[in-house]
Amino acid sequence: MVEHGDIRVVHCGGSKINFRDPVITHDSRFLLCASGEAVKVFSTSTEECIHELRGHTGLVTGVLLRPSNHLQVYSSSLDGTLRLWDFTDGILIKTCVIGYPIYSFYASDKHENVIFIVASMPSDKRRFQLVAVHLPQSGDQMVEAQELSAVLSGVNPNPAAIAFGRGGEFIASVNDLQWSLEGGWNTFTCVACHPKDDCIATGHEDGKIRLWRNFNHKKEYTYSTLHWHHSTVSSLCFTPEGTNLLSGGVESVLVQWRYNQESERDFLPRLGGAITHITVSPDGSLFCTSHSDNKITIIQSCVKVSAVIQGLVKGDIRTDLMMDPRSKALVLNGKPGHLQFYSLQRDKLLYNLDIVQQEYIHESGLQQFEVVKAAFDASGSWLATVEERHQKAAELELNLKLWAFDEQTQSFVLNTTISAPHDAQITAMCFCQPTDSQTTLLVSTSKDGHFKAWQLAAPAHTEDEGPSWLCDFVSAYHGLVPECCSFSADGSLLAVVFQEVVTVWSPSTWELLTTLSQPPGAVSDLCFGRLSCSKYLLGTTASNLLCWNLLTCSLEWTTSMDVRRLVADPLSENMAAFCYQSGSTDLFVFKPSEPRPLFSHKAVCSGKVTQAVFAPREEMLESCEESSQWLNRSQLYFLTQQMDLMTFTTKAEEDRLLASSKQVSSSHWFSMTPFYLLLGKHRQQQQEHQDSDSSLWAERTALPQTSASMKELLQTPAHVLPSTSYLCSMFVQSLLISVSDARSEKAHAEEEMESEKEEEDSEEEMESSRSKPELAAAAATESDTPALTKAQARELRRVRKLDHSWLAGLLDS
Amino acid sequence: MGEFKVHRVRFFDYMPSAIRTMAFNSQTERLAVARADGAVEIFNFNDNFFQEKVIPGQDGRATEALCWVGHRLFSAGLNGEITEYDLENLRPQYTVDAYGGPIWTISSNSQGTQLAVGCEDGTVKIFAILEERIQFQRNLNRHKGRIISLCWHPSSAQIAAGMTDMIKIFDAETGHATRRLLVDRAMGASKNKEVVVWSVGYLSDHTIISGDSAGKVQIWNGLTGTLVRTYLVTKWDVLSLVINASQDESSVIAGTSEGTVIQFQFISSTVDQHDKEWVRTRTFRNHSHDVSALAHTDTAVVSGGMDTQLVVRPLLDKVEKNTQESALRKIAFPHRSLVGCAKKAGLLLFQFPDRLELWKLGESEGHVCLMYPYFVCRFLQGEDHICCSALSACGGWLAYSTVSSVRLYRIQYNNTISINKVSKLPKELRSVHQLCFSSDSSKLFASSCQSSVIVVAVSQQECRYLHTLKHKTGEWKARMHLLCASDDGKWLATANTDCEIHIYNLHKMKLHCMVPVYNSCPTTIAIHPVTNNLISVHADQQIFEFSLVQKEYTQWSRRLQAQGLLSLWLERDTPITHITFNPKNPDHIILHDTYMFCIIDQSLPFPELNAVLWNQMTLKSLPVSQRIGQSHAFKICKSFQHLMCVSLLEDLSLVVVERPLLDIMSQLPAPVRQKKFAT
Repeated sequence: MVEHGDIRVVHCGGSKINFRDPVITHDSRFLLCASGEAVKVFSTSTEECIHELRGHTGLVTGVLLRPSNHLQVYSSSLDGTLRLWDFTDGILIKTCVIGYPIYSFYASDKHENVIFIVASMPSDKRRFQLVAVHLPQSGDQMVEAQELSAVLSGVNPNPAAIAFGRGGEFIASVNDLQWSLEGGWNTFTCVACHPKDDCIATGHEDGKIRLWRNFNHKKEYTYSTLHWHHSTVSSLCFTPEGTNLLSGGVESVLVQWRYNQESERDFLPRLGGAITHITVSPDGSLFCTSHSDNKITIIQSCVKVSAVIQGLVKGDIRTDLMMDPRSKALVLNGKPGHLQFYSLQRDKLLYNLDIVQQEYIHESGLQQFEVVKAAFDASGSWLATVEERHQKAAELELNLKLWAFDEQTQSFVLNTTISAPHDAQITAMCFCQPTDSQTTLLVSTSKDGHFKAWQLAAPAHTEDEGPSWLCDFVSAYHGLVPECCSFSADGSLLAVVFQEVVTVWSPSTWELLTTLSQPPGAVSDLCFGRLSCSKYLLGTTASNLLCWNLLTCSLEWTTSMDVRRLVADPLSENMAAFCYQSGSTDLFVFKPSEPRPLFSHKAVCSGKVTQAVFAPREEMLESCEESSQWLNRSQLYFLTQQMDLMTFTTKAEEDRLLASSKQVSSSHWFSMTPFYLLLGKHRQQQQEHQDSDSSLWAERTALPQTSASMKELLQTPAHVLPSTSYLCSMFVQSLLISVSDARSEKAHAEEEMESEKEEEDSEEEMESSRSKPELAAAAATESDTPALTKAQARELRRVRKLDHSWLAGLLDS
Repeated sequence: MGEFKVHRVRFFDYMPSAIRTMAFNSQTERLAVARADGAVEIFNFNDNFFQEKVIPGQDGRATEALCWVGHRLFSAGLNGEITEYDLENLRPQYTVDAYGGPIWTISSNSQGTQLAVGCEDGTVKIFAILEERIQFQRNLNRHKGRIISLCWHPSSAQIAAGMTDMIKIFDAETGHATRRLLVDRAMGASKNKEVVVWSVGYLSDHTIISGDSAGKVQIWNGLTGTLVRTYLVTKWDVLSLVINASQDESSVIAGTSEGTVIQFQFISSTVDQHDKEWVRTRTFRNHSHDVSALAHTDTAVVSGGMDTQLVVRPLLDKVEKNTQESALRKIAFPHRSLVGCAKKAGLLLFQFPDRLELWKLGESEGHVCLMYPYFVCRFLQGEDHICCSALSACGGWLAYSTVSSVRLYRIQYNNTISINKVSKLPKELRSVHQLCFSSDSSKLFASSCQSSVIVVAVSQQECRYLHTLKHKTGEWKARMHLLCASDDGKWLATANTDCEIHIYNLHKMKLHCMVPVYNSCPTTIAIHPVTNNLISVHADQQIFEFSLVQKEYTQWSRRLQAQGLLSLWLERDTPITHITFNPKNPDHIILHDTYMFCIIDQSLPFPELNAVLWNQMTLKSLPVSQRIGQSHAFKICKSFQHLMCVSLLEDLSLVVVERPLLDIMSQLPAPVRQKKFAT
């Protein structure tokens, strides 16, 4: 066994941002939400994550503004601590150790220094109680709460099930109790209290909202029923003045009820996934809805969606995890009918590609088209997707779509749609990766017993737009069902698994070269070795990992292990095998040519790992340790059974990250991007003149994000900056926008200047001329600092580093 | 339990009439309900909502409004007359013409001294209520347009009157209009469309609440004449509005033409604040059609309308939860039997308000139908509606009665049917409440208005008055609503609405004994043909067996009372309306209500109080030993629903007369609006 001292399995973002209701700060500039083990601070205007409040070691279960100081925020976690943060600076102020996992927590104006937490009962872990915690008043960073007093027992751990009424005068708690009067589903799902009146609103599973009044008398309570939702009401929220009640559910429609005039209501439909939480900013100007597809929508005055913060959608992952070779983004199916492109480095969704191109109806029980398979070719210029719909067991609707990457629009454009490419479900799909030839080949295998090869063919008719994909070859093998297929690295061999038999074909002649078989057990995963190991073909069965030598056509070696997932690193010979053993998954990284694994890690996570991918690094790591060398060129990501995206990091890498985050956190305190700051004053004036022209607004936010040079310019303290004249030209150049961006009117004026830099800027421009959601994503990475010469950049960086160590020292003291 | 050949009769197309208006008397806990055919029904809310009185209607008498004054009941209708009812003899006592055209509304002041009626010609007329009659007092100032609704202020100093487009407040002393509240016309609708204030309420704090045809419920300050709040409740009309005047006036309910009832409550917004406001709270959706009549009892909302059902919806904040009291009740059928059955001849007599229908039951052998049931004849009645009818067991005699007269027919079957009206009836038979033939069809018993039973001998030749059975000389007013003669012709049992049951010996023609008075009204009585025990079932679902010979409750009855009836039985909400006996097995008593029929086996032990009743299919699947252990006295069959009658013929075939509620619903006119999903 190889030792793996400094390699750690870590969560790598993509965590849920819709787990608990987000919090909007008093000035409506920030939105705070629990995300995995951290609290993320987003800007409500730019959708950018400004910083993360890290420190909890368990899942964060709640975020609340401190009632007595609206610049501070409490967060609770399953690790049993409450932490108080200064969210503008991202500083941990205080940690309060409770000792029990906190499932949700509440605070109110009336109870100073008291926090109400929901923790499990000491006697029975499945029952919960509401406990009042008196926060100790000491200046220490770390305090332990001793004064605990139980308030209510037998409460629901769901935070929506408890609400504090009228500034904490009473507590409303709902249980799962079936409250049956008219029959049907009357189970309570959520509760909200009116901020001024004695009125409690409850949501029910039958879609009704009930407003309870007069409940302070023992029996004389009364209620009225509001009914619009057809399924469960999942969230309720009163506006701060109590004039409106907001409700949402699976219909993904935000309903606004007028308090006391409930027949009048407003709707904001088509918000995306089912609404899970609704919050309102303290001044009532912003509404914010969390959705089941890991999305937060910010709505201005109940009419306009002003920002969408989209996390990684990990509902029902049907496709493999893939890397987009161009954008280096993680690709998997996300929103229904979409493929999502997710930047792993920046933990941000780049964009969604609409595959199905049909309206999705948010209602349970409907059979709709879903993306089930996708594959990229090696260069990233072709994308193949499969969508299917099960109407009934017999009727399967299948579409194979091929998408070409369009350099102009910087996105994938539908090239060919093949309806019913196979008679049954497609089991696997892969592109040929030819190094020399121009033709691209796609092979799909299906449960109907055939595998088909598709080729890009020249148009038969001259009036056709361009080449489209046609079926080139169909074959079967003894009526067996092909399970997976794989091309060798040079594209000269195709291996197709027919249950227990591995067949090897020549794609150029479509000749069956040889069959390899190693009974017993059907081969479930297949992988060709790369680079120096390209003579090897690896396969997995339920109990064995097999390696064939293709030169001798014989079995080279075999090990007995239950490999659930075998992935090959595209940049090296390395392969990673996830083996399931007694409830947890082990990882082995090996080279097919070497008998000993390079790295092994027992129990990386509990449960099975069925999805994993090697992601190439942007810059190579220079690790000399033997055990972590395999992580130098690419990083391994995998999805656990609990749908957590995990990765492996080395210690060195972590240290580097920590250092950089410290630097950023101290200087990056403002909410807006630097660009916003520059133009902010100007815009305010504009808005005074022409009250918030929405089109202008959209245009402004759509402008390309800041480049590194701007960041340097703005974040470096003035006294260490070079002279203004020196910086000016760089800055102006960085502001330039290419001609290809049709939306920008500025571009025309600056066309001439642009042409000089065109070659250098080409890459950046391509980014910026992509579709809008992607635009936001294309924000400054280290690489696009075209205006700076290397020497200048180095100088600037050195200057900044110097300054920050000094500043950090000051802060620490 | 036994197996029966069943005649499943579904050709009784009884159609209840729409509920027009209702009035609740909170002192006596009686609800008066007026139907569109002019009939008035009195329900006793103290006694399980039992329908104790039915005043038959009359063609052309359209009751528009009802009003209780103490124990007296007044009604007014579009024929322009005010009627007071004789609640003992179930007939109008007198009518007074108001001379103001059709009357839309009637209302009495809180002292019960004055009656105000609103007329078509725009006048509000005040009548003084005297001992035995009412007397016109004066007119309030006349205005253009009809008076649709009226409400007295509790102090009797003011009257609020709802008209088209406005509400006026009159000073009751001077007769002048003091305030005029203009009601907005419907939004969106054409400006010319008048808005009708269908209903108005006047609270003691001078708040006026109105419901109008634009679908608004409006709250006004009557002192200043200003509008306080408007609730747009429906897109159609708010037809009725009632205040719980007997309590603290903190709740108002409004019925709309889309079938909803909406409650408004006067509550404070927070605990420590004392100023209260009206808040729309609950919505009840129990009707498919117009809710034109509403009553607000202390604990429940009572509503009725076009869909003919009376719905009693308890307010859960006022009653104990999950008890019989908190259950929703729907009263769809009358609490008396409308079906007569000639057991020997296989004839069925259906009683409609305006006609009788006689049907012959079919015959079949196995699955082969030998004879289809066929329609024999129809007896059409004129202006007055039928209040009771009877068919003799042999099928040879038929009698029916209206408020004013009795008719007797002789029916003979010799291949063809001949029906002869018996022309000469004794003059004692004039106005009766209940008719009953003796089992040998030789005598006709009629409960008369003088709280007596008239015995008339009927035979081929003549119809002769025999005797009048009276149990007591002196003043006695309660009306007999049930009559039952024993099979051997010796006994006659009568039950009256004072819950008394009397037994007469027909041989001696005098009172035999009186059954101890139980505090709930008997819904049906029957005398056992073999043992001559009297079985009585009461409105609170209790069953008693009284031995006529020993003049005491039988052992079985005592045991039943000692153990108590099982809760499933007590929780039923429709009364038992008919009892028959199985001639083959004297232990079996067959009873039915609307939703089930039950065979009580007197030889078996009683079930546990909260026993689960197994159905026959489950019982059959059990092993024999367990099945015997499970067997108990109550065998309930629910395979027939909405029963009007269950009777056992002489050939041991069971007649089940069903009237499915769906059939009644399908005959109603189309509702104003049906809630459709996603609209």
